[in-house]
Amino acid sequence: MIEMDGIEKKILEEVAEIHGIPQGAYNIRYNGEAQARQSTKDIQITPKEDGTGIDIRIADGTVNQSCCIPVVIAKTGLRDVVTNDFYIGENCDIVIVAGCGIHNCGDQDSQHDGLHRFFVGKNSKVKYVERHYGEAENGTKGGNIMNPVTEIYLEEGAQMEMESTQIKGIDSTKRDTRAVVKENASIVIKERLLTNGTQFAESRMDAELVGENSSANFISRSVATDQSKTTYYSNIVGKAPCHGHSECDAIIIGEGKVLAVPALDAADPDAALIHEAAIGKIAGEQLIKLQTLGLTEEEAEAAIVEGFLK
Amino acid sequence: MLELKHLKYNVEDEQGKKEILNDVSLSIPDGKFIVITGPNGGGKSTLAKTIAGIYRPSGGQILLDGEDITELGITERARLGISFAFQQPVRFKGIEVFDLLKLASGNKEMSQGQACRYLSEVGLCARDYINREVDASLSGGELKRIEIATVLARGSKLSIFDEPEAGIDLWSFTNLIRVFEQIKEETQGTILIISHQERILDIADEIVVIEKGRIAKSGPKEEVLPAILGSDSAIPGCHVQKEQEETVR
Repeated sequence: MIEMDGIEKKILEEVAEIHGIPQGAYNIRYNGEAQARQSTKDIQITPKEDGTGIDIRIADGTVNQSCCIPVVIAKTGLRDVVTNDFYIGENCDIVIVAGCGIHNCGDQDSQHDGLHRFFVGKNSKVKYVERHYGEAENGTKGGNIMNPVTEIYLEEGAQMEMESTQIKGIDSTKRDTRAVVKENASIVIKERLLTNGTQFAESRMDAELVGENSSANFISRSVATDQSKTTYYSNIVGKAPCHGHSECDAIIIGEGKVLAVPALDAADPDAALIHEAAIGKIAGEQLIKLQTLGLTEEEAEAAIVEGFLK
Repeated sequence: MLELKHLKYNVEDEQGKKEILNDVSLSIPDGKFIVITGPNGGGKSTLAKTIAGIYRPSGGQILLDGEDITELGITERARLGISFAFQQPVRFKGIEVFDLLKLASGNKEMSQGQACRYLSEVGLCARDYINREVDASLSGGELKRIEIATVLARGSKLSIFDEPEAGIDLWSFTNLIRVFEQIKEETQGTILIISHQERILDIADEIVVIEKGRIAKSGPKEEVLPAILGSDSAIPGCHVQKEQEETVR
């Protein structure tokens, strides 16, 4: 039985919504080292021989199971680099939760750079939830930095939905997500980002649609407040008859800045690709409507942001 | 009791000062069903928005139950019991119908059953709508009904509806009127509707006609309606719509 302190428990709740030890297969990484691990009959978690991370192998036909691999950093000045590979068999239906939380208790930067690679077998369905969260002790100056890279390879008929959320306390992030999508396979990426203070977030999403009837759908919603800055780049390359959609909505509050650069590349005449991007302040009429329901302007703004990032 | 005393609302544009409301005085006792009508551009919607605090009057006073609310903002007035249904409801990305009803009622713990009741009242199948986002995926008519449902959920003593019938599509006037009657019964409050539809005027206790920013006529329906029938202030319902309503019923 592992011992967890209050900070670790709180961070695990924030990033993985787990209370104590999770059910099923899990791997908890704490301050750069594996703290607890459990495999199941169908989900085997093993450390890589070179010590750089873990391999997660999910057997063919594994359904209604989940795998949770949260990372907690509660040390100042730690730079944690990890590579985790997911080998998902055919005809699976699973949920993977992989949050990362940093509690910085000092004046040095703490950083987590994770590379996650997903090799999803034919006709498998994967829901991947990734939450990033940071906090600092009062008066400390150390920054919280996360640079996650996600590579996704979808075999024929595979479906993957990725939900990525970063709402609090990450001072700098560069997120890079790439997918290669084969015949009849689909990738959906939903991203929610909130930056405040002087935080900086950059998100890149790339999809290569290589198979007939493949699809990609990117939905990014971000809120940049104070003097923070958010940048969104997306690139969907259609190399076959396929469907691609990229949507970026951003709200600016205060002096926040947002850059959205959606790119489409139709390399096949039957590639149907769409992008939408909308950036702006909260509409005055939205605030007025919620004020007529009895909310103050500040409460109305909070309700609009909460709904937008839900 | 809502009292408007010598209310004025002016705007400045390139052609100079323009009087949108000019010396409007009116007393609306509790529990009344009032319809404000008049030709387009006469100042009806401005008057409604001035009562809700969305526009600040250039002069005059607004009293609610004897309290001077002229200087109060939208939020304070809402908390004193004024609700407002917009002619063109606002859309929100991400906020679901259930969220909006909870915000409207002030009850974060509102049950799904309660939310369903409000939606059913406006003719929407709750199961299909409760988790829908109040965004561009909803039609104008659906949005309008949800707007009315938020006022139902508020249950306040003064409910203002700015042209509630506009965009109500196939949902019949009869149902809309039933909703107004229900609000009146449940809140024992006052309902103030901006409309020039004859069928809405027909259910009013009192009618106020606003033209060129002034009250041209006001009084019990029996007195005012015959005088304005056939004018811009009382437009009969469209025949096609009436036939559709009959079919739906």
